Amino acid sequence: MRCIIIDDEVSARAIVNELCEVTPELEVVAQFPNAVEALKFLNQHTVDVIFLDIHMPFLTGVDFIQTLKNPPRVVFTTSDTDFAIEAYAYEFIVDYLVKPITRDRFLKTIAKLKNAMQPVLAGDTSLEMPELPTEDHLYINIDRRLIKLKYQDILLIEAKGDYIEIKTVDTMHRVHSTLKKIKEKLPESLFMQIHRSYIINYTKIIDIQDNSVLIERNVIPISRSNRPSLMQRLNLL
Amino acid sequence: MLETPNLNYIKEIAGGNEEFEKKFLTIIQHEFPKEKEDYLKLLNGKELEEAAKVVHKIKHKLGILSMNASYKLAIRYEEDLKYGDEKLGKDFLKVLETVEDFILKIA
Repeated sequence: MRCIIIDDEVSARAIVNELCEVTPELEVVAQFPNAVEALKFLNQHTVDVIFLDIHMPFLTGVDFIQTLKNPPRVVFTTSDTDFAIEAYAYEFIVDYLVKPITRDRFLKTIAKLKNAMQPVLAGDTSLEMPELPTEDHLYINIDRRLIKLKYQDILLIEAKGDYIEIKTVDTMHRVHSTLKKIKEKLPESLFMQIHRSYIINYTKIIDIQDNSVLIERNVIPISRSNRPSLMQRLNLL
Repeated sequence: MLETPNLNYIKEIAGGNEEFEKKFLTIIQHEFPKEKEDYLKLLNGKELEEAAKVVHKIKHKLGILSMNASYKLAIRYEEDLKYGDEKLGKDFLKVLETVEDFILKIA
């Protein structure tokens, strides 16, 4: 796998480079102190993997990936955990390494990269979804804290302008995100959108009446278009 | 009492590669004093948001030198600076001086 390293800290580039050097699958073809120089390089060269810092002058790592037309696999390398949730919104982001990066953690990244590259190596150019960080839960970012939420504890999610409100049995979390984004993270086996503004955990439904469902004490409207798919999911007698 | 920096992490990454270890220490010896200087200039100039960005970089060095408590202090201080709060500055300066002394010793 041909890779490049983008980081404004020389020491950070040196560490990633050293970790790559002892990994036979990786070949570091270039290193850049900023994303602008990397963009120029990528206009003329193709690579398989980018190890990318987030906080950099001129152009941040997050802004950089949005400029890529045909992005290769990206691994974020950062001292900041704040972007972890957003990072997984991009299907080409394979991993998120928090500095200082340990050898063991880097090996896990390589395994993820190999897994993600497999369809390409086999001739299938379609992108594989990155391995998600969890199976039965997700993390939400609130006031720079990552809070773990088990899928089973979530009752419903309501869109409120630029925010979503995630209601659990005990509490409610307000997160700057969209229903579309969180829907991609939630398992279809438990969740479904029943209205423009609502996603519900359909296993938590207490009853359904007319065009609404009752979950705990919340009455949630069902849109006409979503009603048939909800009814199909129910184990009706 | 401040914690003492050590080279455990660097040795782990080097995995016995002495050439890398030496090269890496040289990098830190060049990079850290420059970052410290930049930080102090920005702090004195009351450019606290910019100072926070340098603290962010220094934070990584503290992790590299296995200074866990100082790393946590840097996380708090970086956030505080973004909100114009410099009260952890004195403690952070002590950390910087400890790192500088250590770097001089291993030179």
